[in-house]
Amino acid sequence: MTKQEALFEYLLRRADDTLILGHRLSEWCGHGPILEEDIALTNLALDLVGQATELYQYAAKVEDKGRDEDDLAFLRLEREYKNVLLVEQTNGDFGKTIVRQFLFDHFQILLYERLMESKDEQIAAIAAKSIKEVKYHLKHSSEWVIRLGDGTEESHNRVQESVTDLSRFIDELFYQDEVDELLIKEGVACDTSEFRSTYDANIKAVLDEATLSLPKEKWQLDGGRKGIHSEHLGYLLAELQYVQRTHPGMEW
Amino acid sequence: MEKQDISKLERQFQEKIDNEIKIEPKDWMPDAYRETLIRQISQHAHSEIVGQLPEGNWVTRAPNLRRKAVLLAKIQDEAGHGLYLYSAVETLGADREETIDDLHSGKAKYSSIFNYPSLTWADMGMIGWLVDGAAIMNQVPLCRCSYGPYARAMVRVCKEESFHQRQGFEIVTKLAQGTPEQKEMAQESLNRWWWPALMMFGPSDKDSKHTAQSMAWKIKRHTNDELRQMFVDVTVPQAELIGLKVPDNDLKFNEETGHYDFGEINWDEFWQVVKGYGPCNKERVEARKKAKEEGMWIREAANAYAEKRANRKKAS
Repeated sequence: MTKQEALFEYLLRRADDTLILGHRLSEWCGHGPILEEDIALTNLALDLVGQATELYQYAAKVEDKGRDEDDLAFLRLEREYKNVLLVEQTNGDFGKTIVRQFLFDHFQILLYERLMESKDEQIAAIAAKSIKEVKYHLKHSSEWVIRLGDGTEESHNRVQESVTDLSRFIDELFYQDEVDELLIKEGVACDTSEFRSTYDANIKAVLDEATLSLPKEKWQLDGGRKGIHSEHLGYLLAELQYVQRTHPGMEW
Repeated sequence: MEKQDISKLERQFQEKIDNEIKIEPKDWMPDAYRETLIRQISQHAHSEIVGQLPEGNWVTRAPNLRRKAVLLAKIQDEAGHGLYLYSAVETLGADREETIDDLHSGKAKYSSIFNYPSLTWADMGMIGWLVDGAAIMNQVPLCRCSYGPYARAMVRVCKEESFHQRQGFEIVTKLAQGTPEQKEMAQESLNRWWWPALMMFGPSDKDSKHTAQSMAWKIKRHTNDELRQMFVDVTVPQAELIGLKVPDNDLKFNEETGHYDFGEINWDEFWQVVKGYGPCNKERVEARKKAKEEGMWIREAANAYAEKRANRKKAS
């Protein structure tokens, strides 16, 4: 694997995470449980689609095969999407959406903090810009986890179920392979294992305050980084790609 | 209060209106003025909220990243408009949740245009261009509305609507100048949205029961038919510019009046949709009800948590 190939793959993984999660959040648009949250979820979606756009633009440049950001976002096959499984999970109720966001935000902030120091200037710049948004996302999702966890009996039970359900996707956030190894050596990527314990401590602190807990069983899934997804992703892509696939090669 | 006191207050109120002095929340105002505003502003707020639905319907299918981002931003704006319009309603002593319950029970109306389905991507363009375009016609004069909080809210709303209208026109232009398939998509969409857009200005002046009083109170500055004419005059040349045909065989520029003459609106259809029998009335209200019902446990949790926190603070 060349550095160029590794960098392209690395960028796709980051971009797909944000696009797919942004897409999921956009499904809430107009249906949020409270007007203020309808706006908040749409805003999160907008930030994530924006981050995805910058990452795809850079990925397209690195690949240098004449594809642009939209080709990458809309015209790949299911196996070619490299997002983690967590972000493609369905919205469920508002509590599940929040827990999914919470687990992701805590990872993203630690990742971007380190990528800001990347030797790759473009990655450092995207991380520096995105982290400002992620700080808000993190505050928002953490506050809701606490509110719902320590709210009523019903909200506690519901959100605990989501924590239990989604915790099996946590390890995959830290998945690394030859792509990462090559780029870590170059000082482009960061070693996520270095902040795993910080992540665990950070989410535990919030969950404790929320009177919630992670399940004891160690049942972890992965596959997303290699394009092996859950059954949910295909439907998401069918919607995402609908116009581009139905009317190929047109400008919109 | 004595009768003569009230008539004095009414006189002072009308003097303010006549002198273009804004009425503010704490000022005395006739009950009917207050009720008219509560009705109008809450219906306006409901329209913003229900209006999210036909566009939200395409946000997951937007054709590229830029369109997706712009559409999200636009829908977020609409929700924001809803939010501060509900706040404006609350300055009149109404309760936001109660007005929302009126929407869900069918007592309160919202703009009928949102009872039409969004079927193709071109509809995202039409909603921006025509629907937001018509909304701007209605709302620009509301920036001078006699009630201060509403007028000020409208200043901001209009700025954003003007951006929405342009993004809609940009979508339509791109399609009209695209492949034959895209142009057809744009024309077909215009055929469906044109007449409902004209209906957005409400019943014709002879059938409008609120217009005269609203104009005397300077809540409204132009009649429905005047606004409709302004919209037609502005929009028809835009359609011509991008090569789309407005679906009205009676449409013709009148050299004498300097305005476009246009065909008769199908008022049966108008009243049918207003009364709740349009293509999507049921779905729209159900979607809003569902959002509220499914949000109950979240509201309860937020309240319970706030209470616990307050108690803990007290205890410590």
